[in-house]
This record gives sequence, C-alpha cells and structure tokens, in this order.
Amino acid sequence: MKINGKVVALEKKITLQDYLNAQEFDLRLIAVELNGKLVPKSAYATVILSDEDVLEIVRFVGGG
Amino acid sequence: MAKKRPEPMEHLDWMEAIDTDIMDRVLRGAEAYLCRQYTGREVENALAADHLSPGDFCALLSPAAMPYLEDMAVKARLETRKKFGNCVQLFTPLYISNYCDNHCIYCGFNCRNKIRRGILSLVEVEAELEAIAATGLKDILLLTGENRSISGIDYLGEAVKLAASYFPAVGIEVYPLNVAEYLFLNKCGADFVSVYQETYNPLRYAQVHRSGPKRSYPYRFHAQERALRGNMHGVAFGVLLGLGDCHHDAFAAGLHAYFIQQKYPHAEISLSVPRLRPYINDRDLFPQNVGEKQLLQVMLAYRLFMPHAGITISTRERAAFRDHVVGMAATRISASVKVGVGGHKQEEKGDQQFCIADPRSVKEVHQMIVERGLQPVYADHVRV
Amino acid sequence: MHDLLTIGKHDFRSRFILGSGKFSLEMIKAVIEHGGVEMITLALRRANIGGEANILDYLPENIVVLPNTSGARDAGEAVRIARLAREIGCGDFIKVEVIRDSKYLLPDNYETIKATEMLAKEGFIVMPYMYPDLNVARALAEAGAAAVMPLGAPIGSNKGLCTRDFIKILVDEINLPIIVDAGIGRPSQACEAMEMGVAAIMCNTAIATANDTALMAKAFKLAIEAGRAAYLAGPGRVLHSLAEASSPLTGFLEE
Repeated sequence: MKINGKVVALEKKITLQDYLNAQEFDLRLIAVELNGKLVPKSAYATVILSDEDVLEIVRFVGGG
Repeated sequence: MAKKRPEPMEHLDWMEAIDTDIMDRVLRGAEAYLCRQYTGREVENALAADHLSPGDFCALLSPAAMPYLEDMAVKARLETRKKFGNCVQLFTPLYISNYCDNHCIYCGFNCRNKIRRGILSLVEVEAELEAIAATGLKDILLLTGENRSISGIDYLGEAVKLAASYFPAVGIEVYPLNVAEYLFLNKCGADFVSVYQETYNPLRYAQVHRSGPKRSYPYRFHAQERALRGNMHGVAFGVLLGLGDCHHDAFAAGLHAYFIQQKYPHAEISLSVPRLRPYINDRDLFPQNVGEKQLLQVMLAYRLFMPHAGITISTRERAAFRDHVVGMAATRISASVKVGVGGHKQEEKGDQQFCIADPRSVKEVHQMIVERGLQPVYADHVRV
Repeated sequence: MHDLLTIGKHDFRSRFILGSGKFSLEMIKAVIEHGGVEMITLALRRANIGGEANILDYLPENIVVLPNTSGARDAGEAVRIARLAREIGCGDFIKVEVIRDSKYLLPDNYETIKATEMLAKEGFIVMPYMYPDLNVARALAEAGAAAVMPLGAPIGSNKGLCTRDFIKILVDEINLPIIVDAGIGRPSQACEAMEMGVAAIMCNTAIATANDTALMAKAFKLAIEAGRAAYLAGPGRVLHSLAEASSPLTGFLEE
C-alpha cells in the first residue's frame, strides 16, 4: 500500500478509521484521498483498505 | 398590432421585457445623487479627479459648476484629445419616413400634428443614399417615426441593406425593437442604434407621451441593452434638453450609459445633446429654457465622466457653437443635413422634425474642421 | 454602525487577512491577536505521522480559516486540493492559488478562472489570487468568485503596490471586494491600498520577517484601519486650474 508516496506493508485488511487511529492521527485535523478520490469523513469507518491502495493524508500547515 | 395605449411603466404584449436591473439602478441613482445641493468644493474635487464617480459627475452638472465652466472646458479638451486625438467624425441623418403613431407633445412628427407625411420607396431611398455618398460621407444614420405597419421591420431591413451597400457605417434611430429584430437589422448591415429617452423622469415622461407605444417608459429605456444583445456594435443615449429638468435628465442619461458600458465593455457608447428647438405647431409644452452655457456644461460633464464615449453635436445648434465644441467635447458632427423626409436627392417628401440652425454642406463642415486644426474622419468603422 | 467587510455571506470587522507561512506555531497566536486578524490562510500538505503539532490547535476559536491551493499547477490540482481542504471541516472558503512559475511565483490567471468556475459550482466561497487584469477579473466575477485578490508585487518581494494603477481599475470596475495579496512590505503600503478603495489586505512575509512580529502585526492593523478611514472620509483633491483668462475656450457662448 502506498501512503503519501511511501510504500508500506499492510498486514491485514483494516478499515481506514482503524488504520488512522493506529497511526495516531487526529481525525478532526486531516483529510484523506484514496486512489485519487476524496473520502468523506463519514465513510472512514466503512472503507476497507487493501494492499493495492494509494492513500494521501493531508493536514493544514502554515504557508500559501 | 393592437394600438393599445400602454400604462407608463407597462410593456405591451409584443414588447420584449428583458431581465436586467439597470433601470432600477439608474432611477435609484438619480434619486440618491440629485436630492443634494452641490458646492464649489465638490466641483473642484471632480475636476481634480482622474476618474470621476457618479457623485463627481452630478456635481459637474449642478449650478455650482457654472463658475467653473472654463476649467471644465480646458480639461474636457485635454480628455477629448487623449482619447480621440484630433479626429472629428462626419455623418448625416436620412429620414426615410415620418409616419408616427405616438402622441409626443414636443415633437414635430407627433401623430396629432397636421404635417405632410411621407415615406420613401426603396427606389427613392437608394437615390438619396447615392446622393449622400457622392458627398464623400461614409457614415449614415437612418431615421423613421414610429409606425410598425407603414415603416415596419421588413422595410427597415431593406433600407438598411441598401444603406450598407453604400456606407461602411450604418446607424439607425428608429422606434425601439425587440432583440430578434435588432439581430435581424444587424445582419442586414446596421451596427449602431440610437434611442433617446427624451426625459428620464417617469412622471414627466408620462406627461409628454400621451399615447402610442412610446408611452411605455421601460420598453424605451431598455432599447440599448436589447440592441447590444442583438449584436449591435454601438449604442447612443440622450435626452431632449429642456423637456424635463436638465440636471436630472443629463445625469440619468450619463448614468445609464455608464452602467451599460460596465455591463457590455465591448460596446461603443455615444451621447447626444439635442436641445428643444422650435417646430411646427409647438404650443402647450412649457419647456425649460436651456441656454448655450448649460448645453455646453452638459457636454463637458459627459466628456469628463466618460472620456472614451463619443459625443454628437447636431444641427439644432448654430454653426459657431458647433465649430467651437468639436475637439473640445464633441467627436461627431452632422453635415449637409435635411430633417424632412428625403431631401438630399429630391424635394423633401414629408415635413421636417425640427428647424435646423446649421445648413452647411459636407465640404463646408470639412473645411471648418481643418481650419480649426482638427482632422475630419469619414470612416471610423468598417464591417468585415 | 460597523463598516463590515462581506465575503460570501460572512461579515468581518477586520480587513487584515494573515498569511501563515514562515511563522513558528508559537508566534502565530500573538500575531493574530495583535493584528486583530479574523481570517487566516493555510496550506494543505501531507500529514506523514500522527501526533505531531497541528496549526489548527494554535488558532483562536472563532478565526475563519481560508485554505489555499498552493502547490497546484493547474485547475484540476487546485480543485483536488480544495476538496480535500474542505473535508477537514473548517468551512467553505477557498483561496485559489495556481502557480506554474517557480521563478517569480506569478499566478496563472487562466487556470485560476477555470478552477474558480468549478469550485463555485461546488458551493465553495472562492477567493482567487490573480495578476491584475480587468478582463480576467470580469471572468472571475462571472465564474462566481466571492472576491478578487490581485497581487501588488511578486510574492515575498516586499515591493509594495507595483500594480497600483491596475488595482485601482479593479476597484472602479469590479463589483466584488478587491483584496490586495502579495508584495506588501510595509504598513504604509497597506494603508495606501486601503485609501484607494481596496477592501482588505493579505500579508505574510512583511510580518514574518520583522524583528518584532507581534508589533509589526499591530502596525499593519493600525495602517489598514487608517487607510480605510481615509477612504471613507473622502479625500479632498487640489484643483490646478489650467484656464487661460486671455483666450477662454468658452468665450463664444451666447444667451
């Protein structure tokens, strides 16, 4: 699975929400794109990740 | 078409009502700006400004600006020079019909006036066009009274086609039309549309337009916008100075032109300054007396408010006045003018709309322009 | 009665919008407070690990977040970033910033128009950053922009209002808030822009690179307020009369 451009091993199928929580992301402060499409926050608990997926996880920073 | 008498703010069935907020904005603007007294201070602010606001424009039209007329003239001449160089465009009007259904109490053509009515046949139109073209003019304005049966859209189309075959620039000053009709006449070869609101004060407007389709204020008001939507290249605005309050009307006309320019940036805008002149059977009007000073003030204020807009001076004014305003504010001048029906090739077929004060020929006006160090221009517009 | 700045359907009392680049997180709170800032623009970047400090935690509660699409090189990328930003859940504002030029960082006006149109249709409150061109500004207004943000000078240059004449044209002709963004180096330049009738100022580098950032933010706040007050007061102008008494142009008039 690719996350923010880095290849990462995915041991087992897991929901997006569980994965993000495991990585200690604060779900209020991020947004996620799965395979090029925006994932609405309401869907985090139902979307299941697989090894072929490409994820982008973003947050706000100073800049512009 | 049923000759129903419209209520002043009404569109009759056949009158196209377009979706636009410009009339409301002009009426509200007129209310907001004209209720104040302006001072010399504000006139000075306006004269020192690079870009005039509507408030500045209103100040320049007010009585407070009269002592500053010379300053206005100097600045206006500079602005005219900057935008137009030393060019003055020549043109002439051709009245092809004076039949009219409107009872406008100020006009020589009004339906109640017992004058000789006439309409040129297309053969006669062509003869006139030929005679005018022989003078070297390349810019023609076709005029009619308002009669959609005798001088209807098909007749207009044919006349325009003929005119376009002799002149690269064809304008029309006819009754207000619907968008599709403007589109049709544009395809026939017309690029410029003039419609004067006469007075922007709705009460006065209703008073002086007693019957006929012209009684509809909004249908007439929106003519320029319909013309532009009908692909016309340029539109002209004006009021009949002296019909209503001069300050009010000139301000509203300027504001109208300003908003239209903002909304249609590609449109070529021009302003005219017809002043009430004597005509056959002209009682019951009580016009405001607009002197030359006030007329000049209006022209200078127009120039400063819309530096890029054309300003036309007609033969209602005496020769010396016209001579002095070209290059100062006016950029378009008529020559070899006849204001009866026809009259260029043959005898006039119908009576005149008003009395003209400058009968000079094209050659004479050309000569005058050259003598004043300006450049007479015949064709500023070519349709490809 | 307050002189409010209205963008989209939001009212702001402050006309000072803060750019957030080049600041440390600790500094930003003080800057916002001293500047009286009610809107701050933030960029979107990858979140590589969880648990790191997040700028949102350093912002006061009621501040309006204006995400920007910095990093986008075309309209498609700008739209993608905007959608992600909105999903974080800080509201519908978006600053469209499409820059394909790495040398001068000048915005691509045409991609900006495209992005504005797409985003306005999706319900965003779009504030496009652009190079001041009247035709482009008209197109942006027609595309549904809620404001227009012309640059004063290249980003980070601190050169002030190089484009002042063209910004003035936008102020005169476009019926939307005109917000000068980029290039403002000193409070006096912000003041000058406001005197011209500009609706608000966005500023970043000038404050972030000051010795005392909080004090500089305050200086900007005061300058922007001063410029706005001057504009509302209606500056007088000096008339230099050019008339020549000996040969008046109006000597010919009768009656």
